[in-house]
Amino acid sequence: MTQPVMVNVEKLNKSFGSLHVLKDIDITVKESDVVCLIGASGSGKSTLLRCLNFLELKDSGTITLEGEIVEASSIDLNKVREKVGMVFQHFHLFPHKTVLENIIEAPIHVKKIGKAQARKEGKELLAKVGLSDKEDVYPAKLSGGQKQRVAIARALAMKPDVMLFDEPTSALDPELVGEVLATMKQLAVEGMTMIVVTHEMGFAKEVADWVVYMHDGRIVEVGHPEHVFNNPKEQRTKDFLDSVL
Amino acid sequence: MEWLNAFIETYPVFLRGMLLTFQLTAVSVFIAIFIGLFFAFLKISNIKPLEWLADLYIFIVRGTPLVVQIFVFYFGLTSLDISQFWSVVLGLAFHNGAYIAEIFRGTIQSIDRGQMEAGRSLGMTNNLAYRRIILPQAMRRAMPPLGNQFIIALKDSSLASFIGMYELFNVATTYGSNNFDYMTYLLIVAVYYLILVLIFSILVRYIEKRMSISD
Ligand SMILES: Nc1ncnc2c1ncn2[C@@H]1O[C@H](COP(=O)(O)OP(=O)(O)OP(=O)(O)O)[C@@H](O)[C@H]1O
Ligand SMILES: [Mg+2]
Repeated sequence: MTQPVMVNVEKLNKSFGSLHVLKDIDITVKESDVVCLIGASGSGKSTLLRCLNFLELKDSGTITLEGEIVEASSIDLNKVREKVGMVFQHFHLFPHKTVLENIIEAPIHVKKIGKAQARKEGKELLAKVGLSDKEDVYPAKLSGGQKQRVAIARALAMKPDVMLFDEPTSALDPELVGEVLATMKQLAVEGMTMIVVTHEMGFAKEVADWVVYMHDGRIVEVGHPEHVFNNPKEQRTKDFLDSVL
Repeated sequence: MEWLNAFIETYPVFLRGMLLTFQLTAVSVFIAIFIGLFFAFLKISNIKPLEWLADLYIFIVRGTPLVVQIFVFYFGLTSLDISQFWSVVLGLAFHNGAYIAEIFRGTIQSIDRGQMEAGRSLGMTNNLAYRRIILPQAMRRAMPPLGNQFIIALKDSSLASFIGMYELFNVATTYGSNNFDYMTYLLIVAVYYLILVLIFSILVRYIEKRMSISD
């Protein structure tokens, strides 16, 4: 069975000043794929994710979303962002809003759906991430794991077609990592298209449809998790895996 | 004892002066908040000529005595048939606006960049993210320095006496010169200023507390 292509990236380049961070990146993500991006610190993983929803602007190359080429000059960059949810390492919940208000903010003010409808859907999402009892709590009162689950619910509230995760568990205490990974697994099972930057090799092995290894701004190796983890083709991948496993 | 008698005898007049002092301050700071927001946005606009404009404004306010600013506004605006009250209010607003602009610029820039990125990643426009996400947080952080600025403005409003506004300070000096006894009336007016500042400080603390339930 061949699924439609969700995200396609061709010859993507990005520099910060004289620092060439992304070098000719090509990547194709199909609908319902779960892709894990791994690689050493500074290899450009975050920058790649951020280019995909235009938080960073690429220098050259094409980004295609659901068959449509997207340019930064597109009048409707915000429409693109509505389709691409993002979850950050440090959550970035809105501290002045309660959990439920965090979730319904964008649906109400960006998508302009009614408040009652937004609240109803927001509560469903909170139930889904297991935080129904927290809807009126402010983020400062939550644990890291709970914050991240709220952040996931907040992104899902826009009904995105793709979810980007940038090291969603890296800022968490070890005992809180599991609850966030469980939420992400559930999303994967439901068929969400996901691109996940992670250092959780266990998660990558178990959930990823394929793994992308980045080194120094290039994609060095792409493959199914068993292949990449058990017999990497590239020596650099092997060295990296030896260093983290 | 004599001081107390003087205090009791003059309180109706001082209270009227206090009301005027409060009105001058409250109205001018209210206007200054909008001026401050406007120039704070110019400063963070990343558009050089607009930044320069804001810098120039702040430079002028900082570099000249408030009493000069009040006189310039007074002579300038009353010649346009604007009342004495409003010319002083606008002069004070012009002055405080610069300091409040710096307060807002500071608190807006102190909000984590991730807040804007989270907003943008949810499809918000820059404007919407500022309005719904950045500004409410920046305003909250601005409360303590704004309260401070209000207290400064309250005391600075005494300069309105120079152009004949019958506010607190003018009441005191008028009594002082009529009775050939400045000391008594200056000590009386000090009490009124302290009362105003005290009431206001309690108010600010209350507002801060209400605003910080989320932290
Ligand atoms: N806004 C920026 N300005 C300048 N340099 C940047 C910027 N963002 C990232 N870089 C640089 O680009 C390179 C790649 O950064 P990036 O954050 O994409 O790496 P990463 O693979 O996500 O690393 P990590 O695992 O540490 O998160 C790094 O050298 C980083 O210092
Ligand atoms: Mg990163």
